[in-house]
Amino acid sequence: MNAETPISLEQRKDKLQGLGCSRKRVEDARFTQGKGNYVDDIKLPGMLFGDFVRSPIGHGRIKSINKEAALAVPGVKAVLTADDLRPLGLHWMPTLAGDVQAVLADEKVLFQNQEVAFVVAEDRYAAADGVELVEVEYEDLPPLVDPFKAMEEGAPTLREDIADKTEGAHGPRRHPNHIFTWEAGDQAATEQALAGAEVVAEEMVSYQRVHPCPLETCGCVASMDKINGKLTIWGTFQAPHAVRTVASLITKIPEHNIRIISPDIGGGFGNKVGVYPGYICSAVASIVLGVPVKWIEDRMENLSTTAFARDYHMTGRIAATRDGRITGLWCHVLADHGAFDACADPTKFPAGFFNICTGSYDIPTAYVAVDGVYTNKAPGGVAYRCSFRVTEASYFIERMVDVLARKLDMDPAEIRLKNFIRKEQFPYTSALGWEYDSGDYETAMDKALKTVDYQGLRAEQKAAREAFQRGETRKLMGVGVAFFTEIVGAGPVKNCDILGLGMFDSCEIRIHPTGSAIARLGTISQGQGHATTFAQILASEIGIPAEDITLEEGDTDTAPYGLGTYGSRSTPVAGAATAMAGRKIRAKAQMIAAYLLEVHDGDLEWEVDRFQVKGNPERHKTMKEIAFAAYNQAIPGLEPGLEAVSYYDPPNMTYPFGAYVCVVDIDVDTGVTEIRRFYALDDCGTRINPMIIEGQVHGGLTEALAIAMGQEITYDEDGNVHGGSLMDFFLPTAVETPTWETDWTETPSPHHPIGAKGVGESPNVGGVSAFSNAVNDAFAHLGLTHTQMPHDHWRVWQTAQRLGLTGQPAAAE
Amino acid sequence: MSKMHVKMTVNGSQVEGLAEPRTLLIHFLREQLGLTGPHIGCDTSHCGACTVDLDGKSVKSCTLFVAQANGAEVTTIEGLAAADGSLHPLQEAFREHHGLQCGFCTPGMITRAYRLLQENPTPSDEEIRFGMSGNLCRCTGYQNIVKAIRAAAAEMAAGKEAAE
Repeated sequence: MNAETPISLEQRKDKLQGLGCSRKRVEDARFTQGKGNYVDDIKLPGMLFGDFVRSPIGHGRIKSINKEAALAVPGVKAVLTADDLRPLGLHWMPTLAGDVQAVLADEKVLFQNQEVAFVVAEDRYAAADGVELVEVEYEDLPPLVDPFKAMEEGAPTLREDIADKTEGAHGPRRHPNHIFTWEAGDQAATEQALAGAEVVAEEMVSYQRVHPCPLETCGCVASMDKINGKLTIWGTFQAPHAVRTVASLITKIPEHNIRIISPDIGGGFGNKVGVYPGYICSAVASIVLGVPVKWIEDRMENLSTTAFARDYHMTGRIAATRDGRITGLWCHVLADHGAFDACADPTKFPAGFFNICTGSYDIPTAYVAVDGVYTNKAPGGVAYRCSFRVTEASYFIERMVDVLARKLDMDPAEIRLKNFIRKEQFPYTSALGWEYDSGDYETAMDKALKTVDYQGLRAEQKAAREAFQRGETRKLMGVGVAFFTEIVGAGPVKNCDILGLGMFDSCEIRIHPTGSAIARLGTISQGQGHATTFAQILASEIGIPAEDITLEEGDTDTAPYGLGTYGSRSTPVAGAATAMAGRKIRAKAQMIAAYLLEVHDGDLEWEVDRFQVKGNPERHKTMKEIAFAAYNQAIPGLEPGLEAVSYYDPPNMTYPFGAYVCVVDIDVDTGVTEIRRFYALDDCGTRINPMIIEGQVHGGLTEALAIAMGQEITYDEDGNVHGGSLMDFFLPTAVETPTWETDWTETPSPHHPIGAKGVGESPNVGGVSAFSNAVNDAFAHLGLTHTQMPHDHWRVWQTAQRLGLTGQPAAAE
Repeated sequence: MSKMHVKMTVNGSQVEGLAEPRTLLIHFLREQLGLTGPHIGCDTSHCGACTVDLDGKSVKSCTLFVAQANGAEVTTIEGLAAADGSLHPLQEAFREHHGLQCGFCTPGMITRAYRLLQENPTPSDEEIRFGMSGNLCRCTGYQNIVKAIRAAAAEMAAGKEAAE
């Protein structure tokens, strides 16, 4: 088998398509031909379709539900209400945050569009007809929509089910609408630093309620096989194994009799981490009716019920010396969690990793407190393309640093450079307790500033402002600088779990006799291209070409247990498991090669795709040859076959970072904000596939653009949700989206087997601050320090009005 | 509800079926014909995931009754490859230039781009962006989609020239 034509070392490396190459995606063949397999594509014999009756009001008591007319609709098979689920104990379900959530409204409705009844019919049209005819009588109760009023005396009690519970999942509750208080840092020392500071800047920074809004909504098909007692659920699950365990715990069906399958997923962005009433109702309906039941959200249901994000109102105080050295940071967050606390955070972190809010700066002392409250809004609080509340934290610090720079009359880039954690300080322990693994912030920032000609931009801005003063233009130029540090890759089992499940991840590899392989992971791609990139990691580890490695995820009957894909954890955790499993394969392969070459295994060295005898590379065995030998030779002391599995518990999080610069031109008479230029430098450690990294950055920046410049879900005072369709909720088209400039530095993670840190969410984390800083910067010379997002045309125009930039009368607030 | 008899040409084949008049074209295509390439993303004709080609125009099949497509000629993503199975230059270009990630918008995106290039075989980037603005993508930020369409346009022009 040594008959292959000799090729050079470089050719052998290229053939692998391993780490660092822009390998084309293996997923694309099916997607470009319309052959993807998404959950709504699944069609099973006898399958029924479920649809929800939803509450038209934000807060009320259910007086009666009459199903009769609905049940008379041809094709309608069943109508489920809380009373039907109660005997099964499934009318409420546990949330990921230690709270409970009504599967179907139990006596009360707590937000508009809350699930009240589940109509099951032969097709989606009949189901919709049935939904129309379910009669529900409500008694209106006063809605609570302003989180700042949630804990006032006399505020309506929303959660009567837990009204007298003074202890919640995360400590004491001091009001019926209070969920938790969570603190980090040293309060006394921080208050002392503020009291003694030369300069203190203050601001209230709100991060509005938004929604991840993947193009595919949430849905599932539940199928109970009564003959073998097995429940199979295909669904849009970002964490299929966790769903299986949760499903087993709440239905009492043994876990081996539940199979969860995540087929192709049309984008997740955090929307598909949680467990939603539709999943439970479909499963119950399938168990009761004995046939498969499908439930697919429509867009309005998606935007108004499953998984909002953010809704953090952050009051900050930042202390500094007169020359701009930051000495302390204080923050209080009021977190609006809606009607149920369904935040998707690791158990011990009710405010996620918000305490990364000291950002990229060496701040000696800091304190943060977060109060979570209930309101009559949809539950959620998911990490929308970010790691658990990191976007909120990054936005907070990046706005606060700019606010401080204004107060000190310092340049925003200069104040950042002055306060950066220095390269030699890593590993760096922050005042709020995180150990940053690696970073080289100055190099990244210098490269960014040089590339965009920052000094030139500031000179141009000065000239443009003077021209504006002279009346030669009605446009203001803004330059936004943002530097972010993320915390991703949750996480070490010692402090990260979801519902008690440690947040490790896994990879199992089987090498076939002819030298190709299959690898299965506990994660699930939603567009990230795992089948492409994880095969690259393996190719480099085991010397089998990436194209000869099949990658499978998402089927709990076959994949090893893992916690899924969100929080940029796939590469830091499952990517590490992949490399480690590959190394186990290689270790066994070395023993096989030693046997075949009749040498001691210590006399062998690995080179690209083979083991060779040290000093005599002519004598070698390729991985392909070794694979065959594993299946056809009786090797003393070794089991046949070549397989490995790795469950990887990361020793630490990873800390990607980046420097972003955004240039905007604002028409003060219309509020139209043109993104003239956006430069993004990302450092995600070792780069696995530059093409995919660039694609992730483009996408994340576009989501950041959407959030900063337009996305918002609001509620009026009657509890009606606004922003619940794509007519109202801003998704940028190709026209609004600028052309992105991407760049990189590469600072590997010291604790990750291949040094990779994860990248998918960085551009959203850093991008929002850069846009917002640019808009605020455009008006800075007129005395503006901060305006709230989103910076849509209307709000920007209002800002211009307030600053007296038009002759027209000021608009009513 | 009583059903009506509908007939149309889909991807070059005659098809017929019974459907309630209120049935949306997208549901007829996906559920009766099993053509699950076009997707449903918003139900309100904003996102374009359901885009198909109907009598030489791009339409959003989630906002069209199947009755309105009676007798029409419909092309979906499944009908873009050549009879010999070779992919359309747009399908090749989307892969080559990483013009897709989760793939959910891709069938509608490519089907729309197919019509755009019929309408304007040599579009500028600005014309591509405007011409594609009825199709939303949440993953790619459009940059590589624009690149892919530009590349496919060049490829198709070269192919045409070679054929002439």
